Amino acid sequence: MSSQESTQRSKPASYTTPDPIVEIRDAEVYFEMDRGVSRVLDNVSVDIERNEILGVVGESGSGKSMLASAMLDAVVDPGILEGTITYRPDSETAIDVLSVSKDELRKLRWEEISMVFQGAMSSFNPTMKVGGHFEETLKAHDYDVGEGMERARELLADLYLQPERVLESFPHELSGGMQQRALIALSVVLEPNVLVMDEPTAALDLLMQRSILSLLETLKEKYELSIVFITHDLPLIAELADRLAVMYAFELVEIGPSEEILRDAAHPYTRSLLNSTPNLDAPLSEMKAIEGAAPDPVNVPDGCSYHPRCPLADEECVAEDPDWRPTFTDEHQVGCFHWDQAADAIPFNIDNQGGER
Amino acid sequence: MSNDEPLISLENVEVHFEQSKGMFDFFEDPEVVKAVDGVSLDIEENDVVCLVGESGCGKTTLGKTSIGLQRPTGGSVKYRGQDIWDAKDKTGNVEIPYGDIRRSLQIIHQDPGSSLNPNRRVMKILEAPLRRWHKEMTASDRRAQVLSLLERVGMSPPDDYAGRYPHQLSGGEKQRVALVRALLMDPDVILADEAISALDVSLRVEMMDLMLELQDQFNTSFVAVSHDLSNARYFASHGGGRIGVMYLGRLVEIGPAEEVINNPKHPYTKVLRWATPNLRIDEDGGEPPVRKIDIPDPKNPPSGCRFHTRCPEAREACRVNSPEPVTVEEGHTVSCFREEPDHEYWNSPELVDEDEPSATAPSTSD
Repeated sequence: MSSQESTQRSKPASYTTPDPIVEIRDAEVYFEMDRGVSRVLDNVSVDIERNEILGVVGESGSGKSMLASAMLDAVVDPGILEGTITYRPDSETAIDVLSVSKDELRKLRWEEISMVFQGAMSSFNPTMKVGGHFEETLKAHDYDVGEGMERARELLADLYLQPERVLESFPHELSGGMQQRALIALSVVLEPNVLVMDEPTAALDLLMQRSILSLLETLKEKYELSIVFITHDLPLIAELADRLAVMYAFELVEIGPSEEILRDAAHPYTRSLLNSTPNLDAPLSEMKAIEGAAPDPVNVPDGCSYHPRCPLADEECVAEDPDWRPTFTDEHQVGCFHWDQAADAIPFNIDNQGGER
Repeated sequence: MSNDEPLISLENVEVHFEQSKGMFDFFEDPEVVKAVDGVSLDIEENDVVCLVGESGCGKTTLGKTSIGLQRPTGGSVKYRGQDIWDAKDKTGNVEIPYGDIRRSLQIIHQDPGSSLNPNRRVMKILEAPLRRWHKEMTASDRRAQVLSLLERVGMSPPDDYAGRYPHQLSGGEKQRVALVRALLMDPDVILADEAISALDVSLRVEMMDLMLELQDQFNTSFVAVSHDLSNARYFASHGGGRIGVMYLGRLVEIGPAEEVINNPKHPYTKVLRWATPNLRIDEDGGEPPVRKIDIPDPKNPPSGCRFHTRCPEAREACRVNSPEPVTVEEGHTVSCFREEPDHEYWNSPELVDEDEPSATAPSTSD
């Protein structure tokens, strides 16, 4: 293959997007443990484009939540975060997230970049009404409460909730789906530019998940948000996201426009992941689990970390970690030596083309 | 044991939970949640039934009722013709003792982490049921049986796994231990209550394959509870079984898996189909095809057809009467007026939503 000249990890230009709102460069998170260094985020570089929805997909223990924490410099102790994270509120200003003061960081979180976590139940104070949470958040950040509560009501209505009823309720009086939507409203009430969502719908049933996802699109347009949506469920996010980034063993392995990944996934892992997902359209017989197990963070295989499970692996994959390279288009990048053989080696078990385009 | 009786037979089962109130409102009627309301269902030998529906629709309660873990407040649950609760209470002529029934009906819980005792090694956890029920077995017999089963669910070397504590196992391995524990009793039915939801996407297929393989070997029936239609389809179709769709305590549609998936009749089943993500490129999901996205309060379920408050096809008739199950094809029954060509539904006016803030469309302008 073409790019053999250097194994230096200087990232190719195509990582970048034209107008990024957040740039992550060489982000690395590790924990020093008795049995060795546990690297739970390994040299991840990615841009989040202004007003896009980026879906980050990975299995449990692939480092996807670490990526979210890294973006807000919120990695828990004793984890160590290295690399650079740049936030660009507009095209002129650049803020280095990892070197701002504590006060500025506090402002940055929630007012500029806010987060929604899985399990709304544990994000709300059970003894305080939902309305109280909105007021408290507005006061803590010196926002005008009256104006802010107006916005809160509008947000709740946008999320198909009855604003007055929800604001007057205690968290336990709302169903799981309502709580999660109230939490999304709360995270947008300070008018942030970026919304990072870590498995925001995982504890809900499918109908509610899909409903929330379709509301997110509306929310994004109306409030001009850029959204990072982290999930283990590739089919769930594929339709909503503009781009998908696939993580395996604490690294990014593939990134590209959602449609292209669904049509022409280039990394063997992405293809196998798509094949292992039960689907209403797929023929029943061909569902296959991925052989083997994901690696231990202390002991990630040398070379390409997927090689022990990969049907295409050869000596090159064992010896060297593949660089990023463009595939069919420049926006669609993959970290694999043999991406051009992946489609033949691991054919999709569903025909998802739905007509030629 | 007679062979003409179904393995498990539920007849018009009702499970109503009363919410007890404080002593100040002692004289008011207690609030009743009708978790299961008039469901009849037969489970045969070597059968697979997947119950699907939203959270709070009563699918787990129905599952637990069918394996005799939840006492129904109405109707009957029979195991090979013997009423389970009569056996428990020793009323009437008990042909099959309760202990035998209890042992034949097992469960695997949703969260494998919390269903295993963290302070015991795998061997100890798995020996316990044998100790309790097979007093004639020697310690070495017990060990041998546990080890051979561990090996059969793919946990090898079994000696190594038997010596571990639950926290030393991955999520998939814990769930396998829970499966082994259920299988040790050589059960007739295993209730898998969202048994794979906590597992990673790439492990789910593997776990379902394992359960189906064991179904063949052990001649076990499965009742699986899931909110995910695509997993339910995979499991039920491979097991040659049925999918039952529940909504607010009622079984609104049941039929052979492929039939329900490819030819859904009930509007609610169609909604669940919409909610199941697919990998098609061209399709746009669009707005949810329900009039309201929140499920009504089960304490105060809607009159008539319970789905009428959200159903895109609802008409006035749905508000008044509750539809009875109609057989559309062999083994495929649906409770919806739309399957009755002569019903007054077709002449009744469409439902108009009363104005509630949640029902109004959001202002999509900026």
